[in-house]
Amino acid sequence: MIGPFSIDLSVEVGGIKLRNPVMPASGTFAEGLEKVIDFNRLGALVTKTVTRELRAGNPLPRVVERPGSLINAIGIPSKGVPHFIEKIIPQYAAYDPPLVVSISAPTAEGFASLAAELTLPGVSVIEANISCPNIEEDGKAFAMRAESAEKVTRQLRSATKLPLWVKLTPNTGEIAEVARAVEGAGADAVVVANTFLSMAIDLKTFKPCLGNIMGGLSGPAIKPIVVRQVFQCAKSVKIPIIGCGGISSAEDAIEYMLAGASAVQVGTATFLQPAAMVSIIDGIEMFCLQREISSVTELVHGVVIEEADDQDLAWLSPPT
Amino acid sequence: MSLDHSSVTMQPAAAPSAPPPVPWKPSIVAEVAKVVANTAVNAEYRHLVVDCSEIAASARPGQFFQLLCPHPVGEQPFLRRPMSLYGADRTRRRVEFLYKVTGAGTRGLDTIEKGGTLDIMGPLGQGFTLDSKWRHVVAIGRGAGLATLAPLAKAAKANGTKVTAILSARRPELLVSVDIFKRHGADVVPVTDSEQTSGPGNVERILRGLIAEGRCDAFFTCGSIRLMRVQQRLAIEFGLPGQVAMEQQMACGIGLCYCCVRDFNVAGEIVNRRVCWDGPVFDLLEALP
Ligand SMILES: Cc1cc2nc3c(=O)[nH]c(=O)nc-3n(C[C@H](O)[C@H](O)[C@H](O)COP(=O)(O)OP(=O)(O)OC[C@H]3O[C@@H](n4cnc5c(N)ncnc54)[C@H](O)[C@@H]3O)c2cc1C
Ligand SMILES: Cc1cc2nc3c(=O)[nH]c(=O)nc-3n(C[C@H](O)[C@H](O)[C@H](O)COP(=O)(O)O)c2cc1C
Ligand code: FES
Repeated sequence: MIGPFSIDLSVEVGGIKLRNPVMPASGTFAEGLEKVIDFNRLGALVTKTVTRELRAGNPLPRVVERPGSLINAIGIPSKGVPHFIEKIIPQYAAYDPPLVVSISAPTAEGFASLAAELTLPGVSVIEANISCPNIEEDGKAFAMRAESAEKVTRQLRSATKLPLWVKLTPNTGEIAEVARAVEGAGADAVVVANTFLSMAIDLKTFKPCLGNIMGGLSGPAIKPIVVRQVFQCAKSVKIPIIGCGGISSAEDAIEYMLAGASAVQVGTATFLQPAAMVSIIDGIEMFCLQREISSVTELVHGVVIEEADDQDLAWLSPPT
Repeated sequence: MSLDHSSVTMQPAAAPSAPPPVPWKPSIVAEVAKVVANTAVNAEYRHLVVDCSEIAASARPGQFFQLLCPHPVGEQPFLRRPMSLYGADRTRRRVEFLYKVTGAGTRGLDTIEKGGTLDIMGPLGQGFTLDSKWRHVVAIGRGAGLATLAPLAKAAKANGTKVTAILSARRPELLVSVDIFKRHGADVVPVTDSEQTSGPGNVERILRGLIAEGRCDAFFTCGSIRLMRVQQRLAIEFGLPGQVAMEQQMACGIGLCYCCVRDFNVAGEIVNRRVCWDGPVFDLLEALP
């Protein structure tokens, strides 16, 4: 192609404009990464989930690897809200990208009060990690069922004026219904998704590999499942979806966008390639340039589904 | 994508196209380094030498790298593996490692041939610090700790500090780093299990001798909890400072994930710290087994 062809990488995600669609996943990002990448290149900055309760986190070992994946049971070590406000939020004040603050609580009421308290200057978005156990429902995660997800989102909505993103769990069989319930309760976007509940056992000792016995699976191995979930949610809601799960290349990110994601979060890949997010941003731009796509938003929900008389049997049809 | 590392996007070697107004520079890089040598030094340890960037080659004693190990046949190590700096040459842009083949990751490292490549990430963590006032220090290592302590020899010499290195192993032929310490003028005291000289009792006797002769202004240690305890006791008894390099399983290596935490005793209070970020080198008296 001759002449300049400028690509607009910016996206609107749930009440906020991002300079590009790539941001870190909660719990896989901290100030240390600043030594490796320029934070000003990111679409947004996302903090590790904070809770009101002071927590020590889980017993060790906290991670175990499996082919193409990582199982973690870090827990949510938390030094509490005052520490978060005084020490963590200011760390990001000097950077341009908006700050997304991830929160969690054991009750809907707890979520709401935490969201209210963290509605502060310097905070651009509240991301509610509702994949955590709900003590009012016998420890079942809020995001497992539409009703509990709706209730907590409604309370959150009335507690903050900031854009509200709700992070879903992939462990439910009804993620599209949960996404719709969350949309109905006033969320500005959904993050699809958190980690898969999983387990690994050591064949030398017959003991679980993790101190916490079970943990959350992340990394490339989960990507096709979460791409499917983003696709299902995209058919079910109008609010933007942020895809998250196993993204380590620009191709992965684009696949998520084609399935229906307006933006993506990158987690585990950063542990293997600390500059992965920057490479992904550059790669998306290169892809758009090659395909002469002028705005990255053209990719969103760009998946081409051929109409078939019988959707379920389409794959069985003989080639014509 | 496949589950193989080769498809994980690498950081581009060149700088980003448009220079930002305030030039931002990385101080940690993940880069594909060229393997100059990868040879066995004894039945357990391999010596790995790579050509790298200036940033990587600026690593200091006690710092470490996270190595993205190739997949050996039938195994798929996923995470990077932490490995201490064994040697660094800033002018030749070279770093060295000394590793023991133990599992999938290090078995993968063992498959790399001279002329091949290895993705290294670093330099990482807080290394050792040498006080210019120290005339004579003691370094005590065992296992992988022998690799971790080795670069101290050169740094101490440059600092005008004399080193006594007490190097421990199961058998004399498994001792490593002896030559490095000797080359930089250190006194080397090998202690081994087979000769029954490596027990805490004997090491304490040696240390008390050095302290009495005024040849122990500080302790540096890595690789043995038993020997660390001996040094902690003596450090308290004689009011001596010390530093210990700790190990813990790691995922990110740069303080993001909190999988590498350990407890430390800071003025009577138990504090949780990340080995990769706050360490791996810690104050000897704050370390807990
Ligand atoms: C800061 C630091 C510096 C180190 N420096 C050296 C060195 O210079 N030379 C050397 O031989 N070894 C060193 N080690 C230990 C080295 O990291 C492990 O031997 C290596 O990770 C084993 O990987 P593997 O796949 O071969 O073994 P596996 O047992 O298959 O590893 C499984 C998992 O456990 C982790 N793991 C296993 N052993 C250790 C260990 N001792 N410490 C931390 N994680 C471990 C691995 O990283 C991996 O995630 C160091 C460890 C740390 C934390
Ligand atoms: C070590 C680790 C810690 C995590 N901590 C959090 C957390 O505190 N809050 C949260 O919402 N998700 C957390 N996650 C989940 C990630 O944000 C992300 O949803 C998940 O890892 C899937 O993306 P990935 O495959 O790109 O890693 C964590 C994941 C990992 C690997
Ligand atoms: S290895 Fe991730 S915080 Fe230390």
